Amino acid sequence: MSIGHTLLGLLESGPRHGYDLKRAFDEHFGQDRPLHYGQVYSTMSRLLKNGLVEVDAVEPGAGPERKRYAITDAGVTDVAQWLTRPEKPEPYLQSTLYTKVVLALLTDRNAAELLDAQRAEHLRMMRGLTERKRTGDLADQLICDHALFHLEADLRWLELTAARLEKLAEAVRT
Amino acid sequence: MTPEGSLLAAEGLHKAYGRTPALVGADFSIHPGEVVAVMGPSGSGKSTLLHCLAGIITPDSGTVHYGPHTLTGLTDAQRSALRRTDFGFVFQFGRLVPELTCLENVALPLRLNGTRRKEAERRAHEWLERLEVEAVAGQRPGEISGGQGQRVAVARALATRPRVVFADEPTGALDSLNGERVLTLLTDTARETRAAVVLVTHEARVAAYSDREVVVRDGKVKDMLAGLI
Repeated sequence: MSIGHTLLGLLESGPRHGYDLKRAFDEHFGQDRPLHYGQVYSTMSRLLKNGLVEVDAVEPGAGPERKRYAITDAGVTDVAQWLTRPEKPEPYLQSTLYTKVVLALLTDRNAAELLDAQRAEHLRMMRGLTERKRTGDLADQLICDHALFHLEADLRWLELTAARLEKLAEAVRT
Repeated sequence: MTPEGSLLAAEGLHKAYGRTPALVGADFSIHPGEVVAVMGPSGSGKSTLLHCLAGIITPDSGTVHYGPHTLTGLTDAQRSALRRTDFGFVFQFGRLVPELTCLENVALPLRLNGTRRKEAERRAHEWLERLEVEAVAGQRPGEISGGQGQRVAVARALATRPRVVFADEPTGALDSLNGERVLTLLTDTARETRAAVVLVTHEARVAAYSDREVVVRDGKVKDMLAGLI
């Protein structure tokens, strides 16, 4: 999963401090792996350097200054491109795909289109593997079968998510 | 206007069962020698689309073009005749005639088209051999396995050298190995004979045997090649 893109996506709804970003990330995506503060600040400084976020306000406090980050136009474009670009199909993609779907819903983008694009990409790869299986030897067939079963599992997840999109939208927006 | 070079094309199909809509402005097209998977959740309208395309049911509105014919403008008798000569069908559970031997089942559509018995049986033998089930030619459907029965059903569907094969969940009742063999034989033979295959399935592994897929959702057809973001 791309933490940078996820944090950028979370910033689309409005400027946030690093602490708020970590909390929002953990709430939506950090069930089994919460984000460390260090990861948030190192990611934000990279995004800042690349012009994808800017410092919207600085608040002095007892400790270090608290920066509030805002997404730039370039950042919005970057998130949009990431969301619309299908992932290379490979096993255990679910966490990235889940993140993309939730972010699309949070930012009022078309999550169904995103799922369809990914679905088509998975089937394209499954076609390639099926053809390789058809013309290959037994070893080829077994290797391809392994990949095909994993891709099929992903596809089932995509279909189930598509069928539950409205409920998911309600859940993530409350 | 049908897409250029298409063999079978549907435009704006609407079909409802009572007050329940099954197709809501569905479009579809397929070219000779092309295998198109029709996917979608249960109840999305996949089978209704297949039945409209094959002229088994008449849509409430919209048109189906097949070659020079407008299928939706033909009489029941004309559509039946066309189905016998130009279309082949494979269903989930073979639907072989239980009283006939496998050879007679495969020869049946040829006989219905007016082919003489000897010639029909000679061709039926060829197709059974091609589908690797020549050994069960003399047996009845109740005496053979599901996988063998489905291969006989594919042989029967292809025996008349149809220009379009309609396959509705053709491997739904088979285990993985038998299912794959049936799909390989069906799609290889169809491509060889330049038959178009409309392959209705909810399984991605089956759809992976196609050249492209369309998804039926809420009665509408989305072409996954044309409709990407």
